[in-house]
Amino acid sequence: MSELGIVYALLGAAVAVLLSGTGSAIGVGIAGQAASGVVTEDPGKFAKVLIIQLLPGTQGLYGLLIGFITLSKIGVLGGGLADLSVQTGLLILAACLPIGVVGLLSAISQGKTAAAAIGIVAKKPDQFGKAMLFPAMVETYAILALLISFLSVTGIQV
Amino acid sequence: MDKTKYTYAVARIRALEVSLFSDAFIEQLLSCKSADQVLQSVMEKGWGDMDSGSDTEAVLKCEEEKAWAVIRDVAPDMSVFDVLSYPKLYHNLKAAVKEVGAGVKNPAMFYDDCPIPGDEMYRIVENREFSRLPGNMSRTAQEALDTLLHTGDGQLCDIIVDRAALDAIEEAGKKSGEPIIENYADTTVAIADIKTAVRSQKTGKSADFMRSAMAECESLSIDQLIRAALSGMEEIAQYLEGTSYAGGADALRESPSAFERWCDNRMIETLRSQKYETFSVGPLLGYLIARETEIKTVRIILTGKQNGFTDDAIRERIREMYV
Repeated sequence: MSELGIVYALLGAAVAVLLSGTGSAIGVGIAGQAASGVVTEDPGKFAKVLIIQLLPGTQGLYGLLIGFITLSKIGVLGGGLADLSVQTGLLILAACLPIGVVGLLSAISQGKTAAAAIGIVAKKPDQFGKAMLFPAMVETYAILALLISFLSVTGIQV
Repeated sequence: MDKTKYTYAVARIRALEVSLFSDAFIEQLLSCKSADQVLQSVMEKGWGDMDSGSDTEAVLKCEEEKAWAVIRDVAPDMSVFDVLSYPKLYHNLKAAVKEVGAGVKNPAMFYDDCPIPGDEMYRIVENREFSRLPGNMSRTAQEALDTLLHTGDGQLCDIIVDRAALDAIEEAGKKSGEPIIENYADTTVAIADIKTAVRSQKTGKSADFMRSAMAECESLSIDQLIRAALSGMEEIAQYLEGTSYAGGADALRESPSAFERWCDNRMIETLRSQKYETFSVGPLLGYLIARETEIKTVRIILTGKQNGFTDDAIRERIREMYV
């Protein structure tokens, strides 16, 4: 029974990293296509579009953070696995879900918004600040999910 | 992921839209004293290339080729642009049928920047290799050539080819699966039908003639348009007022050139919303039409200046810009 508990907890860490990482890869990929289009015609805008392209990459970092905390908590990193019950393992899995699921969906949406924002920079480079804000709005929900996952994982008694 | 296949292309087009002419620049061109000054101004904006020099026609042709080269470069699927290439393609067919029928050859009559350039089209028609033509075009070519050879009626031949071109545009629009292309194709056919009705009314053509020349479209009723054209120009205007082409009614009452201008402006109006799209083919279509409108407008200004037209006479004919 205790072995199954650690499996669930590890699954939680994997879900957090896998889903949010996949979302970020897709989001950065979409924004990267738009960035490439602009740089093809106007290489001078490289720095500005690169910054916008990177915005959907943060969800992957949030997932990594939760995954890292989870691994530390269950002793995978520190050496000596914790003896987890199935219930605790499932609790950790549930705690990892918010950043996994919200990370996946918000990164894809942010990638699309970033692609549109890159269009603003292409036509009106002086509006870079405003262009940054639109994809940054999507970030709010990834941060909320990160917060809940963080509080849950750290709050679970092992 | 398929929904984002135009992301790169649209971003590149966004960067290129910056160099499109604005209405303010067109006003500047209008205020130029001579055609040479107009040409100089557009060349300073990067029009033409080393080969075109300062030859007006060469500069304008070079710009048309540049616009298509960009689209060919960025578009993941060129078939959605069939609606734009069909007019030139069918023009080449019409020219080839007439030249083969008359036994002459004049390369200047053909467009070369389309899927079947002039030389090839001439050979296809001359050798009756109609199976090499795409879609229904083979049947059209056969019918047009036979009609011309049997009757010697060039206008009848024109009607067969022009009608087939409109049917092909409408069909290509529906097949594209892109709402904006479908809308553009339908608007193109509807405007062609309205022009046919106007010209037929002026020349007193019969209902049968109009029915054979007009193509079916979603946004207009051909039967009602024909009935209006048989009654008079005012009736055409009244019919248009009840359709989505209401603006055309006022232009029709104003002057023929105002009506032509309205036709192009209506097209730009249809496409203007595409400036805010990020993941569809719309901005590509918008850019291409914007470039064509820009080139047409510069040609009108150049011709007007060369022929000593007043600024107001030219202004009546210039089109609204996309940006």
